[in-house]
Amino acid sequence: MKFGVIRFPGSCDEVDALQAAARVGEAVLLWHADRDLQDVDAVIVPGGFSYGDYLRAGAIARFAPVMDEVAEFAREGGLVLGICNGFQVLCEAHLLPGALLPNDSLKFVFRQVVLEVVNADTAFTGACQEGERLSIPVKHTTGRFYAPDDELDRLEASGQVVLRYAPGHNPNGSRRDIAGVRNKRGNVFGLMPHPEHAVDLLTGSTDGLKIFESMRAYVGDPVLG
Amino acid sequence: MSATRSSASAKYRELGLTDHEYELIVDHLGREPNDVELAMLSLMWSEHCAYKHSKRLLRRLPTEGPHVLMGPGENAGAVDVGDGLAIAFKVESHNHPSAVEPFQGAATGVGGILRDVFAIGARPIAVLDSLRFGEPEASERSRYLLSQAVAGIGHYGNSIGVPTVGGEIYFEQSYEQNCLVNAMCLGLAPRARLIRAAAAGPGNVVVLLGALTGRDGIGGASVLASAELGEGDEAKRPSVQIGDPFSEKKLLECCLELLDRGLLTSLQDLGAAGLTSAVSEMASKGEVGIDIDLCRIPLREPGMEPFEIMVSESQERMLCVVAPECVGALLDVCERWEVLATPIGSVTTGDRLRVLQRGAAVADLPVKILVDDCPLYDLEPEPPEQPLYRPPTAVLNGTESAERVLLTLLRSANIASRRPVFEQYDPVVQSRTVRRPDEADAAVLALPGGAAIAVSIDGNGRRVACDPRRGAAEAVYECAANLACVGAEPLGLTNCLNFGNPEKPHVAWQLTEAVTGLAEACEQLGVPVVGGNVSLYNEAPTGPIFPTPVVGIVGRLPDAARAGRLAFGQEGDAIALVGPFDPSSAGSELAKLQGRAAAGKLPPIDPDAVAQAHRDVRDGVRSGALRSAHDIAEGGIAVALAECCIAGSIGATVTLPDGIDPFAEALGQGFIVSGPAEALAEMTVIGRVGGSALTIEDQLALAVSELRDARELGLSKLV
Amino acid sequence: MRARVLVRPKQGILDPQGQAVQRALPALGFTGVDNVHIGRMIELDVEDPSQLPEMCERLLANPLIEDYEIVESIAEPAHS
Repeated sequence: MKFGVIRFPGSCDEVDALQAAARVGEAVLLWHADRDLQDVDAVIVPGGFSYGDYLRAGAIARFAPVMDEVAEFAREGGLVLGICNGFQVLCEAHLLPGALLPNDSLKFVFRQVVLEVVNADTAFTGACQEGERLSIPVKHTTGRFYAPDDELDRLEASGQVVLRYAPGHNPNGSRRDIAGVRNKRGNVFGLMPHPEHAVDLLTGSTDGLKIFESMRAYVGDPVLG
Repeated sequence: MSATRSSASAKYRELGLTDHEYELIVDHLGREPNDVELAMLSLMWSEHCAYKHSKRLLRRLPTEGPHVLMGPGENAGAVDVGDGLAIAFKVESHNHPSAVEPFQGAATGVGGILRDVFAIGARPIAVLDSLRFGEPEASERSRYLLSQAVAGIGHYGNSIGVPTVGGEIYFEQSYEQNCLVNAMCLGLAPRARLIRAAAAGPGNVVVLLGALTGRDGIGGASVLASAELGEGDEAKRPSVQIGDPFSEKKLLECCLELLDRGLLTSLQDLGAAGLTSAVSEMASKGEVGIDIDLCRIPLREPGMEPFEIMVSESQERMLCVVAPECVGALLDVCERWEVLATPIGSVTTGDRLRVLQRGAAVADLPVKILVDDCPLYDLEPEPPEQPLYRPPTAVLNGTESAERVLLTLLRSANIASRRPVFEQYDPVVQSRTVRRPDEADAAVLALPGGAAIAVSIDGNGRRVACDPRRGAAEAVYECAANLACVGAEPLGLTNCLNFGNPEKPHVAWQLTEAVTGLAEACEQLGVPVVGGNVSLYNEAPTGPIFPTPVVGIVGRLPDAARAGRLAFGQEGDAIALVGPFDPSSAGSELAKLQGRAAAGKLPPIDPDAVAQAHRDVRDGVRSGALRSAHDIAEGGIAVALAECCIAGSIGATVTLPDGIDPFAEALGQGFIVSGPAEALAEMTVIGRVGGSALTIEDQLALAVSELRDARELGLSKLV
Repeated sequence: MRARVLVRPKQGILDPQGQAVQRALPALGFTGVDNVHIGRMIELDVEDPSQLPEMCERLLANPLIEDYEIVESIAEPAHS
């Protein structure tokens, strides 16, 4: 299982994602200006402040050369995981529905939150149970998930809402407490919380490992996906 | 005085030089300086750059130690942490800019200290901040400064991907007009990658990296501007520096790659006094000369004058010296990171700093005059004859129950939970953080290989105002105590001395006493000072700030998995009091709430007994015998116990040893520890963990939930 | 020519920045203020103004959450 983690100018958590993915498979860095995805099985678009969050978070990163390749990779069914800023990039690139807006508190928030697995039947949550609770930290200023009501109804009906903040744990005002969504096809997934910061008991919980393990299991045995 | 000199006198005085200093300059040079040289000298001879009033005093601080790799005088200090690794660290102030524009002042303070750390080749891995403002409930301005400074620190640290892992905040009337923003940074490097600032190798190329040079920070030197720009165009000469963490992130990665590839001979960051200071320091340390060609410097504004270019404080710039054969490779690396890199000069034989424009020298000075010839002044200390500080407004009158007193202390701005602040910082990026804010008394960061480093930043201006010598010593003891609580041994110390006007004898006295106290405590604990900063002239018409030495200590623990915590853990655990804890009410938070002035000598310190207590706690944490350890600080033993209960969501029942006032204070000298009864058998056991209330026999009993509510309430509406 | 693009949050989207400012103004003594929204302004010199709508659709605004308004030929600012 080979993960590729993109590094944009301004990415912060790409090394953390690399280290987390390396616990589960092989992990390499993909430079934003290169068009070579190095034959990875999954692409991770990491957290941070790509291009300083200038204009809008993720708005400039989505035009990086590597993102053309990622779009192609996604069209062919490759797995793409977007974490925090990565989720923002994927929404800007229209690989995921919706958009991320400033937190309703207008402040940056770091908090260890509890998530509920809404859909355990995805390539990214296959190692979880439906209803399972995961303890994973969030850290962002622009994490309020938004889509118009009819779109949200569609997302919920089609199982595209994958993770929700547990009651009382919504840190940013995301509509319907949505923390993570997938595309219709199910191969692209974005979430605001940082699973790469929940992989080692020494530094926190290990619930985030399940996301990486799910991806490895899926790539190993696509029939389950 | 000659006619020439009297017209010059208006200029040099406006630039902050005294008549005597100007005479010295003319003597050393053998002529009068021109405007560009005058601008450069006025900055290099300023208090901020030259430490005129503090350098002699700072020589009292011990700077040697078995783990010291770099001591004072470099961009940052560094200690050896084993396994071929070094930790670089330093604290710096950004007080005056933060009072003007707190968001950018605090942000650029973080940016500056980050650059100091990667200037010696270390990757920044943590930031801590020590903040002081006026009373938040009384002062809207103080609330504004607090919320904006916190936002600025968060903005810069979070964006650049360096975790903010600790800090402290104090509120005192004394800081109302002069807020304090001190930022500390730690960096990690393989020992072999540490680099010094000394320029070397005549013929080597001087390269400017990073942002364009604009008119930021020129402010005071603007008296030298030629007429066209000087006319009411303040907008063109912003006194506020704007920080860009994205730009610095690229600069940081680029510099570290340049170092990894062995392309640099030396590296220096551009901070106060911009190019002038960076070039002077590099040349002085290397005992070489440097030529700078102004025409090659990339500018943000058209038509900048030579003096403006030389003193600009535009952010996110570094200077390096490179062998000519390495310049090509350097430019390639910089291009990849989208960092502007421009050769702007060269290292020369001889000892002069020459600033050239279109082939002509617009400044030509011996390096010595910029860096070494500034006169140093002896302080003339005199103890104050009358109280310097107004007593605070009383909130308690002495008739309240002990329960009411404890709840009031927990809710008070200096003690309440800092969660509303630290939730605005990212403490986990880079995946090293083993103890986050509120989990333990010091931050703990894992090193490769299983060990960890610990760091804390501490100070208490009120207590130093009472008794500068003992108060300053306490800051060192308290900081070391915080490290002991996680199982760490101190390796080195950095300090920021925030004081009023040292030309006033009572402030000179405060400064002298405080530095003496710091030196004594460092010697007794065996902790060397590896660097630091001084911020003077923090005064309002009403008087100076509390004398506020801020201390940051870095330590090491051999096993990250055994890092200590402050929460009580287990029903039935024994609780013990460790250390020669003999507190008094002088300088305490309770005394403040009761409206008592900052006065009265602090309790004497027994250095051997304190050092032993620190060792006992450290060893107990390392061995796993102690389940929790927490030092007794502001609010005394009652607050310390409450904090342990709140963190563990569990109660405790204790009986205090005779004569110990539950709210009296003595910082750095006492600990509350808990663990299995057998493990604590040799200690002074005072009670047990259990239940859902904190009971101090014959004193007070309160539900832990009530303690928590009071503590959480404190800052929640103020940030 | 010099153009200005104003980008503002779409109607109906929660705008906490706008609300924060709306709350702050009365505290300073200004009454009768309503409907405050905070957006972004982009100014640029363009040779071909017909490209502006596409620039907005693709980069300058996010049409899912933002409306944009193009103002062409604004006066040159007094200082550059």
